[in-house]
Amino acid sequence: MTTNKLANKKSKEVAIRVEAVSKTFKVPQEKRTSLRGAALNIFTKKSYDNFEALKDISFEIKKGEFFGIIGRNGSGKSTLLKMLAGIYVTDSGKITIEGKLSPFLELGVGFNPELTGRENLYLGGAILGLSKKEIDGKYEKIVAFSELDDFMDMKLKNYSSGMQVRLAFTLAINAHAEILLMDEVLAVGDSNFQAKCIEEFNNYKEQGKTVVLVSHDIGTIKKYCDRAMLLRNGKIVKIGKAEEVGNEYMQQNMSDEELRVAAEELRVATEEESNIVEAITESQDTITKKRVKITKIEFLDRNEKEKNVFKPGEQLTVRVYFKRYISEADLNFGIALYNKDGSYVLGINTIMDKIDNDIYYRLGYFQVDYKNINLLANSYYVATAITKNNFSMPYDLISKSKSFRIISETKNEGIVNMEYEWKK
Amino acid sequence: MVKSYKQLKYYELVKRLAATGFKLKYQGSFFGYLWSLMKPLFLFMVLYVVFTVIFKLGKAIPNYPIYLLIGITLWGFFAETTSMCMGSIVASGDLIRKVYFPRIILPIATSLTSFLTFILNLVVIFGFMAYAHIPITIDILWLPLILIEFYVFTLGVSLFLSSLYVRFRDIGPIWEVACQALFYATPIIYAPNLVPIKYLKILMLSPLAQIFQAARASILPSEVITSSTVLGKYWMLPLIIVIITFIVGYITFVKTSAKFAEEV
Repeated sequence: MTTNKLANKKSKEVAIRVEAVSKTFKVPQEKRTSLRGAALNIFTKKSYDNFEALKDISFEIKKGEFFGIIGRNGSGKSTLLKMLAGIYVTDSGKITIEGKLSPFLELGVGFNPELTGRENLYLGGAILGLSKKEIDGKYEKIVAFSELDDFMDMKLKNYSSGMQVRLAFTLAINAHAEILLMDEVLAVGDSNFQAKCIEEFNNYKEQGKTVVLVSHDIGTIKKYCDRAMLLRNGKIVKIGKAEEVGNEYMQQNMSDEELRVAAEELRVATEEESNIVEAITESQDTITKKRVKITKIEFLDRNEKEKNVFKPGEQLTVRVYFKRYISEADLNFGIALYNKDGSYVLGINTIMDKIDNDIYYRLGYFQVDYKNINLLANSYYVATAITKNNFSMPYDLISKSKSFRIISETKNEGIVNMEYEWKK
Repeated sequence: MVKSYKQLKYYELVKRLAATGFKLKYQGSFFGYLWSLMKPLFLFMVLYVVFTVIFKLGKAIPNYPIYLLIGITLWGFFAETTSMCMGSIVASGDLIRKVYFPRIILPIATSLTSFLTFILNLVVIFGFMAYAHIPITIDILWLPLILIEFYVFTLGVSLFLSSLYVRFRDIGPIWEVACQALFYATPIIYAPNLVPIKYLKILMLSPLAQIFQAARASILPSEVITSSTVLGKYWMLPLIIVIITFIVGYITFVKTSAKFAEEV
């Protein structure tokens, strides 16, 4: 009896329950949209590419929770949301929804540009399940919130895009659903309106509404959601606190980025190698004449692990291996950083910094640690040169061949994220 | 309880979509709604001239102008509704992919838009009859029932076509050609008694022929050949075909509609 009651209570708290849901899209290799095609293929076995969008997904969302679904493009997050909304049917598994669900995923669904703002409000409202009476009752409130008082009798096609979004958003939040599904809709309107939206969102929390938010922006998820789920290739990778899931996603993106950069490097390297081979056959002497040669550049983190993707605040070590064919000392080692757009970020060399080079001759490489790479998200190139002490003629120079990436959450603009603090 | 509440909302949506469709149909045109009256009237004038002045076909039919006008108005509804509904799912593809509501609302709303125009056109017919001093008889009471049958049949065909059209766009031109054939296979410009006796029974099995003749019989005071006079005790057959058509159309639609969002 008690267990039964408990179970009952528990199921009451759940807003959305997804049990072992899978979805496969059949992608016909040749899409048949004509009877002739169908008739011709009627006896041949139809060939489909199966695309598994979701594989055996199970999770629960509690009432009153702000739940984020995060993942890269093609991870299945939008498919999942569409299935929650009832737009797609499941292949297997079960979805249980407790409470009134907003059946839409995007703002302004069903709006018609030829109708006025007022007419669209009623049409859009009908699509979201609002009766004429209900909209009549909320009309003043909606118009006031959207700040579109003077434009309600203007055709929607003459609205600015910001005005359209405002109307749509205001209608959506007035659809009085208990469970809201949203597909990246938060950044709407000017900052003034955004503040209102955030306020409205906070009201939702107080009213105990359930919100499911799909995004590929970690910032949004971390900011609004209590819990989140990370999807990858149609599977749940992690489910838990938004903060943790966000970090996991970040890590995953970084390792993906590593692979991409590594593949790119390999491509460039093989290209260069073939160029070098050509160069050798063309003019043997120019190569052999080199008295110092840079052989390899490495990017390392604090643990001496080689990698190509860094976060601001990390330490970046650049290590440059070289070979010396002359005994002459007094070399000058220099390293310069450029960003992808060609801006010169920082150039340093051992003579300017009065560094004793002897250790480098012994090690066979020179190395600099950038203690805190406070750069903004971008690709950065390293150029390095070994010259004679008087700067005159470079023995060897490698310009902008090797690059690393900075991934960062901040949306600040520019090159360097200097340390700063706003006056409080 | 919850369900009926939901259905009430969907009823609102049907109403709103149908009204919007009606409003947008002639938007931007100078004569607006008048076009839906003028289109059948122009067709009527052309056919009237051809079949009274040139072919003298209409001479044998009493009240031929009204007889012809009824045929054209009814046909106009059938042809317009089926072709508009056929594309209604595909035309609203964007909506279907982004919001859930029972998909059947779309063809129903589209057909209601046409039905509204159709009713207004019928009013014009009665205006003409009053002008020509043609009396209305008690048989007019049959008309609402006949119109319901007509609507159900048209909707059934529309549902079938619209769900097939999502997958096979060939249905578009095929239905266009089929409509041309149906235009002549239905007593619109002629009277059934022109048809040789051995084909007459087949002709009057067609729900369209049965509906058109029944509508004329209820509106016009003059004697009109109907399915019941031709088929005798089998007068139910066209009605059964109507019901079967609707059921087949409805089931086809419901079975395929779950996947519209993926296929459209």
